[in-house]
Amino acid sequence: MSTLTDARLPGTLRLGLSRGWLEIRSFTREWESVVFTFALPALILTMFASIFDGLFDMGMPAVDHYLPGLFAMGLMSVSFQTLGAGIATERDQGGLRRLRGTPMPPAAYFIGKTVLVFFLAAGQAVLLLGVSALVFDATLPGSAADWLTVAWVLVLGTIACSLLGIAVSSLARTAQAASTIVVVPFLVLQFTSGVFVPVTVLPDWVLTFASLFPLLWMAQGMRAAFHPDAMATFEPSGAWDLHLVALALGAWCVVGLVLVLLTFRWKTRKDG
Amino acid sequence: MSETVIEVTGLVKEYGGHRAVAGVDLSVPEGEIFSLLGPNGAGKSTTIEILEGFRRRDGGVVRVLGVDPEKADRSWRTRIGIVWQGETLLPKVPVREVVRHFAGHHPRPRDSDAVLELVGLTEKARALPESLSGGQRRRLDVALGIIGGPELLFLDEPTTGFDPKARRDFWELIRNLAREGTTVVLTTHYLEEAEALADRVCVLAEGRVRALDSPATLGGRATAQATVHWSQDGVRREIRTDEPTRVITELAAVHPGEIPELRVHRPTLEDVYLELIGDAEGTGTRTEQPEAVA
Repeated sequence: MSTLTDARLPGTLRLGLSRGWLEIRSFTREWESVVFTFALPALILTMFASIFDGLFDMGMPAVDHYLPGLFAMGLMSVSFQTLGAGIATERDQGGLRRLRGTPMPPAAYFIGKTVLVFFLAAGQAVLLLGVSALVFDATLPGSAADWLTVAWVLVLGTIACSLLGIAVSSLARTAQAASTIVVVPFLVLQFTSGVFVPVTVLPDWVLTFASLFPLLWMAQGMRAAFHPDAMATFEPSGAWDLHLVALALGAWCVVGLVLVLLTFRWKTRKDG
Repeated sequence: MSETVIEVTGLVKEYGGHRAVAGVDLSVPEGEIFSLLGPNGAGKSTTIEILEGFRRRDGGVVRVLGVDPEKADRSWRTRIGIVWQGETLLPKVPVREVVRHFAGHHPRPRDSDAVLELVGLTEKARALPESLSGGQRRRLDVALGIIGGPELLFLDEPTTGFDPKARRDFWELIRNLAREGTTVVLTTHYLEEAEALADRVCVLAEGRVRALDSPATLGGRATAQATVHWSQDGVRREIRTDEPTRVITELAAVHPGEIPELRVHRPTLEDVYLELIGDAEGTGTRTEQPEAVA
């Protein structure tokens, strides 16, 4: 008996990476999530690039116009939507409680989710940029500085949306409710954050509302990296305001972390 | 090494002023299969969850493997195994991978393939959990419960939805674990399951221990009166008696051939159980004298 308890417990990082690998394999087996969560931005981009090209004067090909916003949306999808609905389901169906009943350190669970989300975010980047560059001949960022912007917007935005997704998962009472609670606000944000409609055409109060959430800033940061600098004049302030993008996304990382720490539960409400 | 695996004194848990657990005392020695029975709302689940470290108590002393479950750490968690009630979400990877992954949570897990063999899932090692039948799924839950080589195993309604054969195989598996020294705490709604497996049965009702004994002697079952049933002139009759042999001898004397519809009934565990939980509601008195009823 004593030998059992004296044996070393598995390391948190190792367990977390093992969980991440399991999460990735489990996710890719679910074709519905692969198509509707992962591939949706690429499908939309394909449609927009084929249908809208030359239909309006955007000052650039349709694919270039929509790519940054859809990239931001894709990142929010793989983080916010995947975690929000996924964790609510795990909680509702006792998967979280089962894990909590093992000697797994809680941090390992979150490391696993981080691995999953960043794997999906990287995949999202490859898929979207690949499709737009290879199929539609899109213009990708030209300078190292622009790529650096893509990288930090991707990392900060994905973390902020992940934390927000984990926090939202606690609001849902059941797994079914979770997909609604996740999808509806996400859809609202897509239309108010400059993904489909330029932010400059939005009423002030809508813009103010959307500015409270990360998606608008992610889209703006991506536009700064992808679009020619002259396009900055079409931003609300007439500039890319990358310092505000970093500030807003950084603030959301902090707020999201606090929300997660305050709300995260391993059990459902009915489990007490 | 402690002889007593679970030691509970004066356990109390209240929900909004209602005492769901109202002063429970339990002591479970190492290697025992201990069964907790009781109607819904008797405080069973609450008690188990407190023992598992999933719920805080409002009063009393609890020691599980010598540790207060509220202060449980990872090394304590690796010494207990939990098989949760109902179906639980599992990752969509083959059965063997799921078991191996959970093995990785423990410092000295059992061999994954040996555990699959033990629960009879070797044939299904490459299948996805969602493709398993209810019984197979439950056996996978048990595999995950014992993969860490726990000293104490909690089984919550483990055989719900099993066919009779699968249930008997499952019982054999649990007996083997107990023989190896694993202490088992079993909650079940199937009284024949408690009777087949448990060394001792504890009946909870309204948050209190109603009875605590071996299945054979629970509630005075071993010394309880037998009921002799027969039919006389087309009317069914029964007598409750301490001496069924004497009653039958007397009946045989007045019946020339076979005694019509003769049956001798001793209280089953279910009879005793129903009486015990009935008592909790202030009903159910036992007849002392043999009496004939029409």
